[in-house]
Amino acid sequence: MSLESGQQIELKTTPDPYVTVRYAGASGDFNPIHIDEEFAKGVGLPGRILHGLWSMAQVARAVTDAAGGAVPGTEASPRGPEAGYTLRSLSVQFRGMGQIGEEVVVSGTVELVEDGLATAKLEAKQGDSRLIRNAVAEVRAD
Amino acid sequence: MVLRLKESSPMPPQDKIGKRYSPGVYAVGREKIREYAYAVGETNPLHTDLDAARAAGYADLVAPPMFAVVYKAPVFMPALFDPELEINFAMLVHGAQEFRWDGPAVVAGDELTTELIVKDIYDRPGLRFYVFESTSNNQHGQTVCVGTWTNIIRGVE
Repeated sequence: MSLESGQQIELKTTPDPYVTVRYAGASGDFNPIHIDEEFAKGVGLPGRILHGLWSMAQVARAVTDAAGGAVPGTEASPRGPEAGYTLRSLSVQFRGMGQIGEEVVVSGTVELVEDGLATAKLEAKQGDSRLIRNAVAEVRAD
Repeated sequence: MVLRLKESSPMPPQDKIGKRYSPGVYAVGREKIREYAYAVGETNPLHTDLDAARAAGYADLVAPPMFAVVYKAPVFMPALFDPELEINFAMLVHGAQEFRWDGPAVVAGDELTTELIVKDIYDRPGLRFYVFESTSNNQHGQTVCVGTWTNIIRGVE
């Protein structure tokens, strides 16, 4: 799947009540602000909040889904691990705190395609609250 | 429960810029990739279906790019708790993050060695920035991911 300049990227996902528990186990980040409602409220948060790196993973997924997958290998053209990831880089700035149960919308635009590399700019929001801003992804466009 | 906020030291510990931490080795497991893929909602079968991964030319399941947080954490977390860095946890915010994946894709069975360095420490009005850079190489010596963490301490006088 090729990416073209001006192409829109979008991914929507609603974190269920246990997504932070699963992510804590998978990532090893057991900071109680993500998994313990009472602790989170005790430090002044509205409740448990999403892991920032989970939200970043949703931005990564939006880009790799648009690129046809995280790696270029397909049954038609196996290239193996040496071909590397389609996603070459991703940088983000974290902003608002992510709420559980509220839809996360990742949106962005492919701004430039040059020498087989596309640059996309993205953000992740819940309603009007931005979880991630100024995300820049470099992704193989071929 | 309310966390007690301790004071940050008046000057950033800039003599710790360049400090290196002992490399850590992480063995990438098939089920750990499945667990991570499930936790972040990955649906691509190359991350979960061994037959699909092998049909595509991979020796085993392919780790999603952001699986980097899993194999880098064992080196990164101890550095955060390094008393020499004087990080005030109660005021810690993960400000920004960057990863670069220029090498081969990570697959189950890989053994990855991660090195971590304190890239920068500096103050801005009311804030202290800690920048860490980690480099992960596979068992063939190929760099698979370079990560840059920017952590911000609020309430610095």
